[in-house]
Amino acid sequence: MSLKIIEARCKGCGICVAFCPKQVLGISEIEKVKILNASACITCRQCETRCPDFAIFITEPVPTP
Amino acid sequence: MFMEQLIEKYFRPGRLPHIWCPGCANGIITGALVKAIYRTGLDKDNIAVVSGIGCSSRASGYLDFNTVHSAHGRALPFATGIKLAAPQMTVIVITGDGDAAAIGGNHFIHAARRNIDLTVLLYNNNTYGMTGGQYSPLTPTNSKASTAPYGTVDRPFDLAALARGAGATFAARGSAFHAPMLVDLILSGIRHKGFSLVEAVASCPISYGRQNKLGDAPAMLKWQRDHAVPAAAYEKLNDEQKADKFPIGVLHQADAPEYTEEYAKIIARARKEGGH
Amino acid sequence: MSKTLLMQGNKAVAEGAVAAGAEFFGGYPITPSTEIAEELSALLPTIGGTFIQMEDEIAGIGVALGASLTGKKVMTATSGPGFSLKQELIGYAALAEIPIVIVNVQRVGPSTGQPTAPAQGDVMQARWGTHGDHPIIVLTPASVPECFRLTVRAYELSEKYRTPVILLMDEIIGHMREKVQLPAYDSIPKPERKKPLGPPEEYRAYSGAQTDLVPPMAAFGQGRRWHVTGLIHDEYGFPDGSGKATQELLDRLFAKINNHLDDIVETEEYRLDDADFALVAYGGTARAAYAAVDLARAEGVKAGLLRPITIWPLAEKQLKALGGQVKHIIVAEMNRGQYVLEVERTVAGRCPVTLYAKCNNEAIAPAELLAALQKAKQHTGGA
Repeated sequence: MSLKIIEARCKGCGICVAFCPKQVLGISEIEKVKILNASACITCRQCETRCPDFAIFITEPVPTP
Repeated sequence: MFMEQLIEKYFRPGRLPHIWCPGCANGIITGALVKAIYRTGLDKDNIAVVSGIGCSSRASGYLDFNTVHSAHGRALPFATGIKLAAPQMTVIVITGDGDAAAIGGNHFIHAARRNIDLTVLLYNNNTYGMTGGQYSPLTPTNSKASTAPYGTVDRPFDLAALARGAGATFAARGSAFHAPMLVDLILSGIRHKGFSLVEAVASCPISYGRQNKLGDAPAMLKWQRDHAVPAAAYEKLNDEQKADKFPIGVLHQADAPEYTEEYAKIIARARKEGGH
Repeated sequence: MSKTLLMQGNKAVAEGAVAAGAEFFGGYPITPSTEIAEELSALLPTIGGTFIQMEDEIAGIGVALGASLTGKKVMTATSGPGFSLKQELIGYAALAEIPIVIVNVQRVGPSTGQPTAPAQGDVMQARWGTHGDHPIIVLTPASVPECFRLTVRAYELSEKYRTPVILLMDEIIGHMREKVQLPAYDSIPKPERKKPLGPPEEYRAYSGAQTDLVPPMAAFGQGRRWHVTGLIHDEYGFPDGSGKATQELLDRLFAKINNHLDDIVETEEYRLDDADFALVAYGGTARAAYAAVDLARAEGVKAGLLRPITIWPLAEKQLKALGGQVKHIIVAEMNRGQYVLEVERTVAGRCPVTLYAKCNNEAIAPAELLAALQKAKQHTGGA
């Protein structure tokens, strides 16, 4: 499991869902991000890079700073 | 470094979530800023972040540096004072299109003219978001705004060209969609000695996007993806092709004497000659 | 070593700034204050300080406030229209508690007015020019030596109370040349703002826990990272939208000044001891008032002068006492009646208060005030 969600910061904008290439993420009934399919995550960081709310992180070190 | 730790390192504890609307790109740009600062290796104590007033200018309060949330349009005078009085500090200005190009326009061109070593990160969301979507000096012509219900007549600035014309020695444009590239541009701006402008194309789905039927937050980021063209490639386009595109990357870079270094020479001369 | 010189008021301000340890000036040229900028452009770099001429008056105060955040003592100087432009950031300095000395050499207004003629029309603007309730300290010199002394005093008050201080001059005082004896500058104690102690992570830039309600101020770049804002804020400087925060912050800002009126408010009494008739005058007008008191005494009118040196906060205690002592107060000022309103309000009927006003480009002359004193005596004598 390499995804970490900080729900309190999520505003449910859907950017991470839209840019995830593997449909790992969705929006819950309370309008927060939720993980639909964790095993499909390829740690591409599209979600982490464009989350405007610092609410989703890949829990692996960044390869090069 | 884990990205979460990087964010925690440079954000003040307990200040998130921020005040920006769902889908506002300001958070992406602020994230790019701290990633660039991480890459400079600079000590937090030695960095000042100065902002004006507006949505983007609220970023300074979240960041764990010496921070000033100044008055509307006035970030550059405050930043100039900090830099002149403490030239060893790295001074970064966070501003928006209304803050820097309208009410702060005079300060903007004169800071550029002096070529003082400041890095201006300008979040361009094409609107006054905080007051509800009025047109700014960077709103495209014929856009809807809450003060232009029939569309805008005004022509927008090309800020990078304005900065260059005023004497800035570094001007770049990035976008929230191209966030990793934006990190590189901000880093180059900080490392550049002299006045640096980094315009970051933001997106405001709530106050600007809705009025102009630009879709939701992901759609507005996809618009950036589809309309940004690297500067070199953009130059090869004809006028028709350029019409709905915008160049990103380093748009201008030059060498010129930096203000605080030149003023240090004045002090040396005055101490030698000044017979008071 | 002290030195005796013939000097203009504006230059004495520049010398006072250097004597107090000022290291930064930001400004914009404007008559009749420009000599302050010119002098400091020459003086400051010789002591390693910085002078910068900015693109406008707003930037002139903004750049100085930025420099103040790094721990420097700073100044901006202006006149009339420029003072109007600086109002925005005077409010910022008051709320964010950033020390700065702002010089306004008054000229005739409104608008461009009469750029080279004296007036005292900015008394109320100095008090209330920026929007919103705020405390302010305003000093008014009446001589060239006092330009020097009160500039140093302005820094003492500004640093001690973490507040903007306005040196409210007028064209008479700014351009007048007088003999001034300047002390050796190293004999003048350099005013210093209170420095924070304790661990950096516990630093609260706006905590009023200290007895005098003035929080210590950390300099940027020295290990205590804090947030400065023009929004109503909490003890750390972070925005706080609550009514409680508004109430508490404004209460403290006012109390830090109002609790120390005895330290801040300075007045001068001239031949008041046995006086029946009092002039109240400040700045350039006070010059004529001293002479008028002497002339009146020679004519058998027991006159005296109360001169507010600190014009804001108001010298309430002194004005009340004066109202209880004399039979008549004449407030003389080069405007259509500003300070007189406060005198009337404060004296509250204890004695009659009248205005001698003049605003025709000319200074008030002693003979005019003598006539006013004689007239007051006639009225009272008949009563």
